[in-house]
Amino acid sequence: MTLNLHIWRQEGPDRPGKLVPYKAEDVNRDMSLLEMLDVVNQDLIKRGEDPIEFDSDCREGICGMCSLVINGVAHGPLNGTATCQLHMRHYRDGDSITIEPWRSQAFPVVRDLVTDRSSFDRIVQAGGYISINTGNAPEANALPISKVDADLAMDAAACIGCGACVAACPNASASLFTAAKISQFASLPQGQPERSERALRMVDQMDEEGFGNCSNHGECEAVCPKEISISTIASMKRDYVKAALTV
Amino acid sequence: MASIVSAVMSSVGRKILMSLTGLVMFGFVIGHMVGNLQLLTGGGDVFNRYAHFLIGLGGLLILAELVLLMSLLVHIWTAVNIVRGKRAARPVSYGKSGSAGAPSRKTFASSTMIYTGVLILVFLVIHIKSFKYGPAEAEGYVTTVDGVEMRDLHRLVIETFQQPEWVIGYAIAMIALGIHLSHAFWSAFQSLGLYHHRYTPIVYNVGRLLAFVIALGFFVIPIWIYYFGAA
Repeated sequence: MTLNLHIWRQEGPDRPGKLVPYKAEDVNRDMSLLEMLDVVNQDLIKRGEDPIEFDSDCREGICGMCSLVINGVAHGPLNGTATCQLHMRHYRDGDSITIEPWRSQAFPVVRDLVTDRSSFDRIVQAGGYISINTGNAPEANALPISKVDADLAMDAAACIGCGACVAACPNASASLFTAAKISQFASLPQGQPERSERALRMVDQMDEEGFGNCSNHGECEAVCPKEISISTIASMKRDYVKAALTV
Repeated sequence: MASIVSAVMSSVGRKILMSLTGLVMFGFVIGHMVGNLQLLTGGGDVFNRYAHFLIGLGGLLILAELVLLMSLLVHIWTAVNIVRGKRAARPVSYGKSGSAGAPSRKTFASSTMIYTGVLILVFLVIHIKSFKYGPAEAEGYVTTVDGVEMRDLHRLVIETFQQPEWVIGYAIAMIALGIHLSHAFWSAFQSLGLYHHRYTPIVYNVGRLLAFVIALGFFVIPIWIYYFGAA
């Protein structure tokens, strides 16, 4: 099939960018969207033009590297998948596809569709860890954790830090990411000693990075490739309030 | 204390202020709407007696007005703050925008809170000026109910809504209010950290229903008066 692409091209962080039209021909329906872009890039290289820069790594939906806004929706039209898991069989011959980078002040564009997401690393560095002494792993049954709590923690820990929540949020808020990184510890005993400081520090760092406010649109939850619930955001708010009143 | 101040100014704290002040005003509009329905009954005496009773509360009424005014100001401050934060957080907007659909609760209402809010604010200024600070006893709007002389607010309302431009203006403002409140109610709970997979969908739907009922209650009064006159 043939597709009409409109792809964001930007030479560098402080350069103006624009949507450039491309035609992708002979697209196989079994290709992923990233593979389709690989083919477009091969043609560009053959013609002596600069290929379209985009991020990808594992291409199996677990690394969180791929980051494209496809027709206005982060990671494209399928729920619960990353960009790399979107295949061309979901499109028809002649379709137009607009591809843009994550748009957020805190995710500056490096080039074309590649953004710098180190602001997420700094939020995690602010408190997304537990301080433990290293040594032998403790006996697994020494610390009983209920199935419900373990599941809650695992649901939050599924976050791959791709940043789709920020990209999709009308306010470019990082609440879902920060909330997932806070609540993955909140229901586990290991997370309790630093629970208050963690909530305070990570929310403050999130604000400092220049992300927007959460207006409860819930768009983040809908685009999240790991389908993390906005219940984690509520949990983060409870932890933050409790910490602010007691610490 | 310092941490409480900085917490209030944080993104979490500001939204808590917004939700608490919003809930205060949400409670007020329910009371106001129910009170207004008295316009449609009792030939004016019922409504005038009610208005006179409220004025008679004196200090309590002033206290309530101050709480509402403070709520309004804080609500506006947080709203301006959020909109400015949003502009700063996304300086370059998307060429093509879309929604991922369910489970997203992004709606026309949730995306236009600032616009419906501004409309309601403009309405509020005109509304308070034309009724609370409108013509009263000195201008001849006097009536006697149960032997007590009082302001004939009922007559002012009936006269106002004989004019189609006022009816249309009020109708538009009440549609804006209904849209605003349809996102507001559940959002207030979420901002306070109150989410539950079982109860949040109920709160969401109850909020939309309440918004519809409140807006409808306010909406029918001017239209009823325009077409059917005083009760």
